[in-house]
Amino acid sequence: MNQVARLRDIAYARSGDKGSAANIGVIAYTEKGFQFLLDYLSAEKVDHYFKSMGVTQTVRYELPNLQALNFVLSNILVGGGSRSLRIDAQGKALGQILLEMPIEISSDILNASKRIT
Amino acid sequence: MIKQSDSIVRIGNAQGFWGDSSIAPATLIAQQPDLDYLTLDYLAEVSMSILAIQREKDPLAGFASDFIEVVRSLIPFWKKGLHFKIVTNAGGLNPLGCAMACQALLKGSGLAAMKIGVVSGDDLTTLFKDSSEASFQHLETAESHQRIKSRLVSANAYFGAEPIVRALQAGADIVITGRVADPSLTVAPCVAHFGWSWSDYDRLAGATIAGHLIECGTQVTGGISNHWLEVPDLSHIGFPVVEVDANGSCVITKPQKSGGVVSIETVKEQLLYEIGDPDRYLSPDVTVSFLSLSLKEQGPNRIFLSGAKGRHPPSTYKVSATYRDGFRAEALLTIFGPDVVKKARLCGETILKRCSDAGYALERTNIECLGHPNEGVAPGVFPQNASKHSLECVLRICVADSRKNALEFFSKEIASLVTCGPAGTTGYASGRPRIRPVFGYWPCLIQTQHVLPQVTILEELSE
Repeated sequence: MNQVARLRDIAYARSGDKGSAANIGVIAYTEKGFQFLLDYLSAEKVDHYFKSMGVTQTVRYELPNLQALNFVLSNILVGGGSRSLRIDAQGKALGQILLEMPIEISSDILNASKRIT
Repeated sequence: MIKQSDSIVRIGNAQGFWGDSSIAPATLIAQQPDLDYLTLDYLAEVSMSILAIQREKDPLAGFASDFIEVVRSLIPFWKKGLHFKIVTNAGGLNPLGCAMACQALLKGSGLAAMKIGVVSGDDLTTLFKDSSEASFQHLETAESHQRIKSRLVSANAYFGAEPIVRALQAGADIVITGRVADPSLTVAPCVAHFGWSWSDYDRLAGATIAGHLIECGTQVTGGISNHWLEVPDLSHIGFPVVEVDANGSCVITKPQKSGGVVSIETVKEQLLYEIGDPDRYLSPDVTVSFLSLSLKEQGPNRIFLSGAKGRHPPSTYKVSATYRDGFRAEALLTIFGPDVVKKARLCGETILKRCSDAGYALERTNIECLGHPNEGVAPGVFPQNASKHSLECVLRICVADSRKNALEFFSKEIASLVTCGPAGTTGYASGRPRIRPVFGYWPCLIQTQHVLPQVTILEELSE
């Protein structure tokens, strides 16, 4: 049965600036979680999530060897680090913001995707 | 101490940016005395603008002056007989000036025999101002640089490891550069140590990734980690060390007695920091693919990284230019009470209206209600009703304008909210907002053959 969880339940992230674009690396805790994200966390979904912040295009790169995805979000920093008037002018918070995304996931996959400590 | 053969070269980083911990270099050397090289990274786009302004006022300035104090803190270790070398971009816009200040200090401390290498030639300010329409187009927008030419503050090419290697081969103990690609500070010691050729692309790729991992200091040892609350002994967080082998594989680690953590998780986090296409990470030394990398835990706080693949580097240097783009100011106030977001936003709008009524309609403005999921750092991302019942909000108003006097007016009016704003307005302790110059960022390219990296060795001055 599907349930609603948060992206942070199955992945962690790091973000930063690249000119007026920002990148967000999303890293799955497990291989099962990575397989889920490959299918679920599309560039379109991430682009839509950040639409209100002015992103104009989102490109997704896959790093299966690191169980990670890298998203590059064009123009989300409106003018880039030095010109942006936002408190998060360099996109440092974007990774944490993305991890709050609600995800629909089956209990089985969720349990197999959590961090192993 | 017996050195562990020449099969690895041990490189540390103790400065991830200008403003990083001032005691980090001496602490790292004290904890890890067998370090071969210490890299110190001082430069970002904004730092180049600041250095340019300093140099306008004083031709002897224009470098990261904090570096001289770092050298002072390291003198006792060299005097004790340690042999670590330094590779740093502290030279900024005046690498020779930095080297001379450094030499004077060493001489006065009885270390006059230490050789300083200087890498220069990256400053393209003159070329940028004189060049035609076709060159220096904006990397993202392809716009011509004519519009900003007259307001140019700095323009620097990112050099690779090659000139640093030349300086090290000439016997330099300290290499001071201007703008250099950050990972090249690590690549150069590897090339000098192992004698790699410039077409050993896989090895260069491995060393570039090692450099990418340590260039931001503690960001790979638990800093800004998602699991930060679990990181042990944060007040003594260790700076990173890479042990690079002859194949360009490396172990990422930190001194044994330091705090922090190096794990598969912290290494993956930093691998993904500020990258674009992971199959095409561009550096002046090599084009790197991350897609064949593998990570393996080798022991506590020791991660083995191998499998980097490289191919030829681009035929261009990246150039980072900055230009004057008016002024900005930001004001913070804290509001407490019911309907707090509504009140905070109205505070902001009230002041902006007062500015425009006085003839200072500000060119760019942004009101943020921090502490509110839908109004603060990520406006519009979270569900609308998430912040209904909260009582506390930090109001931030950030404004930019080409007219300094418009911002001065804004800066003077802000404080009036303490008495004319809503009940529960507080947090005005830091005085009037400061008006700061804005420096626009202009990334562009130049063919490598048009720029010549120069290497100078400062020898011991004959008496």
